[in-house]
This record gives sequence, C-alpha cells and structure tokens, in this order.
Amino acid sequence: MKLTVEGLSVAYGPTRAIAGLDLVAHPGEVLAVIGPNGSGKSSLVKAIAGLLGHEGIVAFDGSPVRPQRIGYMPQDIGARAALTVLETVLLGRLGRLGLRVRRDDLDAVEAVLVELDLMPLAARYLGELSGGQRQLVFLAQALASEPALLLLDEPISALDIRHQLEVMEIVLRMTRTRSLTTLVILHDLNIAARFADAVMVMREGRAVCCGQPGDVIDKAMVAAVFGVEAALSAAPDGRLIMTAMRALQSSSNSGPVTPENSEHQIHQDDQRNRNTDQPQ
Amino acid sequence: MSLAPSLAATYAAMGARRAAVLAIGSAAILVSLVLDVATGPAFLPVGAVARSVFGLAQDRTVDAIIWSIRLPIAFVALVVGAALGLSGAIMQTILNNPLASSYTLGVSAGAGFGAALVIVLGVAMPVPEAWGIPLMAFLFAGIACAGVYGIGQARESSPEMLVLAGIALLFLFQALLALLQFIASPEALQQIVFWLFGSLQKASWSKLWIITAVLVACIPVLVADVWRLTALKLGDERARGLGVDVKRLRRRSFVLISALTGIAVAFVGTIGFVGLVAPHVARMLVGEDQRSFLPASALFGALLLSLSSIASKTVLPGAIVPIGIVTSLIGVPFFIWLILRNRRAFW
Repeated sequence: MKLTVEGLSVAYGPTRAIAGLDLVAHPGEVLAVIGPNGSGKSSLVKAIAGLLGHEGIVAFDGSPVRPQRIGYMPQDIGARAALTVLETVLLGRLGRLGLRVRRDDLDAVEAVLVELDLMPLAARYLGELSGGQRQLVFLAQALASEPALLLLDEPISALDIRHQLEVMEIVLRMTRTRSLTTLVILHDLNIAARFADAVMVMREGRAVCCGQPGDVIDKAMVAAVFGVEAALSAAPDGRLIMTAMRALQSSSNSGPVTPENSEHQIHQDDQRNRNTDQPQ
Repeated sequence: MSLAPSLAATYAAMGARRAAVLAIGSAAILVSLVLDVATGPAFLPVGAVARSVFGLAQDRTVDAIIWSIRLPIAFVALVVGAALGLSGAIMQTILNNPLASSYTLGVSAGAGFGAALVIVLGVAMPVPEAWGIPLMAFLFAGIACAGVYGIGQARESSPEMLVLAGIALLFLFQALLALLQFIASPEALQQIVFWLFGSLQKASWSKLWIITAVLVACIPVLVADVWRLTALKLGDERARGLGVDVKRLRRRSFVLISALTGIAVAFVGTIGFVGLVAPHVARMLVGEDQRSFLPASALFGALLLSLSSIASKTVLPGAIVPIGIVTSLIGVPFFIWLILRNRRAFW
C-alpha cells in the first residue's frame, strides 16, 4: 500500500517546520529521510502519523491514515514507567487488548521479541534497561502492531554499530516479507545508503532531493545540506561509503532554501528524482 | 532446544506474582477489619464483639456500639481508603507524576473550602442540615477538579501544565480557607479545624452505601480504559501514536477523580496521605500495568486507612485521635522506609 504526501505544511505558531512537501513511499521499500537537525524530519513523521496538525494531503492506499495501520516509533526513548518489556510491547496491539490477554497477542509479541533478541528481557522493567535496549523495545512495540505503514524516527540512534546493522537488517527484512511501507529517519548516511531503497533529503522543511541512495548521496549534497566536506568510496559490494572529512567554514546550508535554488544547487537531474507516482 | 521460558510462561509467572500480592493485601485487610471492629474506647471483650457481629449478643448496648458505630466506621475506613487510593493512582497516571494526588493538587483543599463555607456562612443547601457540609465539600472538590482541568487545557494539555494548575489552585483554596477561618466565630473555627483533621466518627451505613456506590460506578469506566491508561504511562506522544485520544481520556479520568475524591472527603474530611502513598506501594509491588496497579492502589489505600483507624483508637487510651493526623503519622515513616529500600527507580 502506497503512502502519498502532497503539499504538506506544518507550523509551530509562526515558525514553519515543513513547507509544501511531497513524497511517495511504496510498499516493500524502505524510504530513508535524512537531513540536518531542525530540518523538519520528525515533524514530517508526526504529521504522517496524525500527531501534528497540518495542511496538505496524507493518504495511505488512497485513504486517510488510520492509527491501527501505523507502527510508529518516536525519537524520545526516555520512558521510565514501571512497565515490563512484555507489557510495553503488548501495548503495540492496544486496539486488540482486553482485560485478559489472548494467546495470539502473546504469540505475536513473542515473535517480535525473538526477532529482536529481547526474550531474556521480557520480564524486566523499562527503568532497568539501557537506552539502546529501550530503543529496541519501542521498535518491537511498533512492529508488534503488525502495521502496514512503519514510521521510525531515528530507531538506531542509541545502538552500538552491531545492533545498528542487525536492527536495520530486521527492518529491511520485515519491510520485504510483510510488504510494509517503511519510512525511517536516519542520521548515518552510510546506513541510509546501505539499507534504504530510496533516500529523501530534507532541509529547512523542504524535500530538496529524493532518489536512489547512489544518486542522492554525493559530495555536493553533503556539502550543501550538511556543510561537510566528504570523501566517497565504494564498498566491496559496490555500495556507497561516505566519510566526513571536515566541517566547511562557511556552510552553504545557512541560507534560506527555496525549491528553485536547492534543486539547482544539489541535483539538477529530474530523472533521478523518484518522488513521483511511478510504478516501481 | 531453547532453555528460555516461553512468553506465555513468563506472562503467567508475572500474573501469578501480582495475584499473590493482591491476595496477601486482601487477607491483611480482613485482619485489619476484624481488629478495627474489635478495638474502641468501650474496651469490649473480643467474645462479646464476635457474638454481636454474628447476631448472638444478649446485650443491646454492645449491639448498638458494634452495629451503629464500629462496623460502619470500619467499613467506611475501607471504602474511603480505596476511593482515595484509586483517585491518587488515576491522578498519578494521567499526569505522569508521582507527586500528584487529590491532596497535593488542590482537590481536597477545594472540598475543605466548600465545607468551611457552610460552617462559617451557613450557606443554605436544599438538603437536610447534616448533609449540607458533605454536599458542599463534594461540589467544591468537583469545582477544583474542573478548575485544574480547565486551566491546564487553556494553553496546552500537557501533564506539567495540569500539575502547575493544581498547585496554583491548592494555594488559592488554602488562602480562601484561611480567610474564612480568620472571620469565623470561635465555635465555627473549632468545627472547621475538626473537619479538616478528618474523622470517621460520623460514619453511618447510609454514607457507606453512597461511597460504595460511587466506587462501584467508576469500575466499568476504568476497566474500559485500563490499557489506554497504561499506554499513557509512556507519555502523551507515544499514547497518541498508539491510537489513544489523550485529551478525552484525561477529561474522563478527571471526572472519576472528582467523584472519588469528592465522595471520600465529603464524609470524612481531609485525609491527605492515602492518595499519595497507596499508589506508590502498589507501583513498587505490581508495577504500572493498570489492570493490577489500580486494584492494588485501592487495596493498599483501604488497608492504610483501616490500620490508621485502629491506631486512632489505640494510641491514646480512651480517646480517638482524628484519622487525618494518624494517617500521616504512621504513613510517613512507612513511606520513607519504602522509598529508601526500593532499588528500582520509577520516578
């Protein structure tokens, strides 16, 4: 089922966080959203999840997005409630829970806990876990709801590199096997290049480019959007490796971005942009 | 072959542990209830008390003491304690704040002001005189609750905003109460002070049924919301992400808090500590899955007030110390001991 966003705008009082953003995300694919801090990535995900008032159209399979179809994992992992891992993940299936928890709900939770290697922690309280473990628990919660649309806001930011790879492999596998439409916010461009089918770059509330990772992530984009000089190389499997070399003195991302100059500055080739409703 | 227990087994073990806690709490309440009925300034022999309870007493005076005074007091202590424990638990859950209770957020102070209005100004109520103070206290508990909710909604419905609104109203009602005390006659002042101490001595069967009815009426609403309330413990944004209409849930919960606190405080006066401490005890023993947390909070609220009722009759031989004083005197050391020995940090 396809996610379509058209002319999305979000404002916090007088401050505009997102200005007229369009995107299309396809089932069975991972769309990574990257961009510097404050570029509107989290606001985008919250607006799609229905947690922020917005202008514009957000449609999933042609209809407004219903919470029951979303697996949403927010950025904040600070919850210290006296809830066990099992109870927290069960909450992912909130709409189906009664006073007595049914066996199929426990089975669904168990499958996710096994997948994320969280079974040994099932009876532990959230407050007893590390930040990375809590992040895994909330990812498990998002997956336990058996969503059609998966919205993950920096799901690996507190994980060590091994867990980063493992979690992204799980996200990719579930996206493929369950035909999920997955939108994930990432800061690590190498992870985005390795696991995403498409990458959308945001800057100052706008999508400045969108396309396959190899087409989008290049020196010009990294310099223009992040203000960083980067070296690019290829991994043995041909995938992109980006190494940040140094922060540029006069960051070119300090000025206002308009659709015109951003597209000119970063990518002029409309052919690369998959931000259209083309069959994949 | 995996040695790890299945999730169903882990879930069953967690459930069994919590059921055991609730069973032990219930047994303790039963013991406390018996002791509460057996103790009192009349120093009745235990045998005489038992005969009266089972309808075998030959002395009408003993029957009158047991059936008109001790049994209503003992049962009212239980239901008031349960109502205060439950309202404190709901408040701490919807505000995500371990300091929240009807007492710390101005609801009890509002009830106290309502009672004092009747005592000092003789505000006429369309009810028999004896019911004027409880009715006014109940109304003002509701007004205070509506005030906290209304002010909290004015800008944004964040838990922090609601807590700040509650603290502001606490100071407002305390100031208004002090003003009434300042202008009150010596007799009225004495009556206000005694009401604020909290007392079970005016307990009656009719009051017991009213409090019980309110308590029972809240149960279906809580059962329906039990998972939504649990989700709220993860924060507003997560709860909304899970499909909870946080605003409506809070509004509904405030109505319950208002009813539970109002009915409890109306009949026995201000009893501060139960609504704060009972949820903490429950949280430490069963966690915050509201299916266990809410009943455990009610249970430990009932137990705390029942034990306080016994203590109020025994600390000074021949006299009954106001229950509000005793509750804090035995509750505070117990509470401090609990939070110092607890190794899990839930707040």
